[in-house]
Amino acid sequence: MTPPAPVESRTVRPVGPLVISIEGVTKLYHMGDETIHALRGVSLEIHRNEYLAIMGPSGSGKSTLMNMLGCLDTPTSGKYEFSGQNVASMVDDELADIRNREIGFVFQTFNLLARSDALKNVELPLIYAGLPPQVRHERATAALESVGLGNRVHHKPNELSGGQRQRVAIARALVNRPSIILADEPTGNLDSKTGVEIMELFEDLYEKGNTLIVVTHEESIARHARRIIRLRDGLIESDGPVD
Amino acid sequence: MNEILKMAFGALGVNKLRSILTMSGITIGVFSVIGVMTAVSALRGSIETGLSFLGSNTFQFAKWPTGITGSGTDWQKIEARKRITFQQAERYAEIMKPYAEVVCFKVFNNDSLVQATAGGHKTTPGVTFGGTNEYFLIANQYSIEAGRNFTGGDVDMVRPVCIIGQDISSKLFPAQNPIGKTLKANGRTYMVIGTFAAKGTMFGQSEDDIIMIPISRYLMDFGAERYSVNITTQAPSQIAYNATMDEGISAMRVCRGLRPEQDNDFEVYSNDSLIAAFAKIADVISAGAFIISAIALLAAGVGIMNIMLVSVTERTKEIGVRKAVGARKVVILTQFLVESVVLSVTGGLFGIVLGTLAGDGLAMFLKVSIVFPWGWALTGVIVCSVIGVVFGLYPAWKASSLDPIDALRFE
Ligand SMILES: Nc1ncnc2c1ncn2[C@@H]1O[C@H](COP(=O)(O)OP(=O)(O)OP(=O)(O)O)[C@@H](O)[C@H]1O
Ligand SMILES: [Mg+2]
Repeated sequence: MTPPAPVESRTVRPVGPLVISIEGVTKLYHMGDETIHALRGVSLEIHRNEYLAIMGPSGSGKSTLMNMLGCLDTPTSGKYEFSGQNVASMVDDELADIRNREIGFVFQTFNLLARSDALKNVELPLIYAGLPPQVRHERATAALESVGLGNRVHHKPNELSGGQRQRVAIARALVNRPSIILADEPTGNLDSKTGVEIMELFEDLYEKGNTLIVVTHEESIARHARRIIRLRDGLIESDGPVD
Repeated sequence: MNEILKMAFGALGVNKLRSILTMSGITIGVFSVIGVMTAVSALRGSIETGLSFLGSNTFQFAKWPTGITGSGTDWQKIEARKRITFQQAERYAEIMKPYAEVVCFKVFNNDSLVQATAGGHKTTPGVTFGGTNEYFLIANQYSIEAGRNFTGGDVDMVRPVCIIGQDISSKLFPAQNPIGKTLKANGRTYMVIGTFAAKGTMFGQSEDDIIMIPISRYLMDFGAERYSVNITTQAPSQIAYNATMDEGISAMRVCRGLRPEQDNDFEVYSNDSLIAAFAKIADVISAGAFIISAIALLAAGVGIMNIMLVSVTERTKEIGVRKAVGARKVVILTQFLVESVVLSVTGGLFGIVLGTLAGDGLAMFLKVSIVFPWGWALTGVIVCSVIGVVFGLYPAWKASSLDPIDALRFE
């Protein structure tokens, strides 16, 4: 692994076309009589090849926003366009297709299939994309190699370290060549050294032209991104480039 | 499809014991119906094709009904019947002469086990031993291998001669020509005039383990008052069968001295009535097996549903992951449906194999030819698939409509 590049020398790549556009998005949760406003009206535009960090205190709505951006959840109200398509009005299967083709989601808790080895886990999105076994195998192997796990393809999650599991999860997010990679606290469960390794991997992906959105509550992690959005009580508090 | 099946077997393999226990319900249900159906069709096949203890177009009169009778038989009434005497039988044959030539009389040993001996050789006890006339061959589909058949003269002259089956011949006269030799049966001596050609077995009983002597001799040697004669009449053709039977019944009534208002005091039976009686019993057994299997399968289906619901709950997180990376509803639905169908059909296949083995085991025990019940097996597979789908549908639907976020959050 190469040491992290010093912040001053980092490139800010020119952004591409608009991928995500949300406007006045709210999300309510009903808990008995009580209504929780997880998001109170969030508007945001994200372009291709941006590297974005979402920050905010616990309970500010980061995960809620992330799930919505990742088409895992739909907003209570507001507009969400993904590459010009209206997501808010999509049915379950359309959302599934978007998740499959356009989005690579890296979960804080990895969410790997415990009974399947690394390769099978990474192949999963390709199965649902309907690719033939041969192609799946090749692409999944390549994805695992790209995250440095070429020698761990047949390990099950419980035979891998935390950092390795997270890298399997990243390989799975990358494997179907999504438009955008979303990572919710990707280093939350890892020690700081492993965390740094993961962030280097993200830096690499960014340099290769990927679009990245990373949720974190650690300033040091957020500073790897090129743009930081701060949430508070379900609203955007600030949105700007990393100084 | 291949992929989905592999996945289903993989998932079921994780909880082998649980899968096997769930399957066993289906196995038992299928086993009982397939076992019974195999046994019944083996028996039915052998009865209908090889109904060889009665010749074609024949009917019989006897004091006693055959072993196969429905319930409601008035045994007291039958007990009270007078036996059919040799004189009545001869008179019957006389009256029937214009209508049917072949009228076979039979009496069989019905008490102690008969053992035959000859020159130091012995048969096993339990030989079929009886008296008959020259029509025994036609009426019972035997044929002569060597020597000669009985003649009217043998009966009229009460000759101490016998015709023996191949089992007897090989035991008493190994590597010799039995014709002209004598044997002892039930303490009396008879000369062998012929051998029957081998016939094989019927319901586990060898038909070649037989010694027949002229009926007149039999009644003389062992007491005419102790036996009731069975009369088998063969109609000259299929077309004349019903008419001949009508003639036969009235002739028999005359011989028995019945007044018009009296009921027949003898049993009439034919191949058809035997087949029908067997079919009736087979139907009752089949219906019983059906009810048992239906209940077992229903219970097993509920078991499958229960296990699938447990499985869906246990694998909520997995479902969440699959949905998060883009599995459509129908894919998840199919995955779980295939699992429940695999569970059910695998159980069913075991049931079919075990049931066929059991049914054919019984068939082999009874020495009838074995069968593979293709129709029932196919029905079994279809029914199991339907059970798998029906009872797997709700759990599968439940899995497919889980919300991905909720599923991922599930602990
Ligand atoms: N399924 C749910 N049902 C009810 N309330 C929910 C649900 N999910 C989130 N919330 C509420 O919405 C608010 C935002 O939650 P969210 O998970 O987005 O916070 P977060 O910013 O990710 O916090 P953290 O940094 O702790 O992960 C919280 O107050 C939370 O209690
Ligand atoms: Mg969170």
